[in-house]
Amino acid sequence: MQNNTDTQPQQHPISLYFKVWGLLFVLSSFSYLVDYMQYQGLLRWTLILVFMFLKAGLIVAVFMHMVWERIAFTLAILSPPLCILVLIALMASEASYTNLNRLIFFG
Amino acid sequence: MDNTTQPTTSGVTGLIEDWVSDKDAFKNVSWGKTMMWIFLLSDTFIFSCFLVGYMSVRMTTDVPWPNTSEVFALTIAGEHIPLILIAIMTFVLITSSGTMAMAVNCGYRRQRKQAAVLMLVTAVFGVCFVGMQAFEWTKLIEEGVRPWGNPMGAPQFGAAFFMITGFHGFHVSIGVIYLTVVALKVLRGDYEERGYEIVEITGLYWHFVDLVWVFIFAFFYLW
Repeated sequence: MQNNTDTQPQQHPISLYFKVWGLLFVLSSFSYLVDYMQYQGLLRWTLILVFMFLKAGLIVAVFMHMVWERIAFTLAILSPPLCILVLIALMASEASYTNLNRLIFFG
Repeated sequence: MDNTTQPTTSGVTGLIEDWVSDKDAFKNVSWGKTMMWIFLLSDTFIFSCFLVGYMSVRMTTDVPWPNTSEVFALTIAGEHIPLILIAIMTFVLITSSGTMAMAVNCGYRRQRKQAAVLMLVTAVFGVCFVGMQAFEWTKLIEEGVRPWGNPMGAPQFGAAFFMITGFHGFHVSIGVIYLTVVALKVLRGDYEERGYEIVEITGLYWHFVDLVWVFIFAFFYLW
């Protein structure tokens, strides 16, 4: 049902969008540099994850206006994906077990 | 919706009216926007399943995973640059996200011509992205990458690559169509009375496509 009386338009200063836009470019360049500089191991994975979460956070918070929504809505949308962490944990333990068996029997 | 009104209609219309008359929990958020967010939430789970599946096959295989830095390298003007195509695609998508954010802003300022033009510019960037992806697919297929094997390493690489980037490219293509349709309607003045929230809703979808690319870029191309 269209109910325009209680929906507030998402009107924010355009300079904020430009700042976030610039920041996304900088962060993407940093992500690319991680590969270009050929960082390996723990440093590489940490940097990739840090830049990834910063970029994702900026897009969701500012470009998708999540930071200006009410908590009820933010939680309803952003908390369900946390279930994926459980899936990742389950699949990672299963996968390392399979890998171990492959190394033992086919390695 | 006003909950105090008594039901007046019966039949199928009454059924639909009853279902939509529940009290709304999300204040300040219209139904259109809520539904787009819920769709995006479900899409998050789909992409997560693909990425977790990719994690699983990459962890289980005892054959070395192909070096993406080299697989996606290009030689431009005699210079061999690792992963450059993917970097350009990332920048194109971020640029399009920026123009989309501007379009939403213009929409709420009721500058409908600027909003429509910015949306069309966003769509053009989307087409560029899909074009580069088509180039990338062609290059890899010519090099012998198949869903069941490839000359560079672990055979699961092809399956993960085609599935993940293919599904993402499909989303971008749908987004281009969606943007174009809404932009033309905005230009025609269809939303003069209802307001320009539709631009924000379309923008949510487009930013989500960019958001998914952030994760694909990190996990598939950089990891």
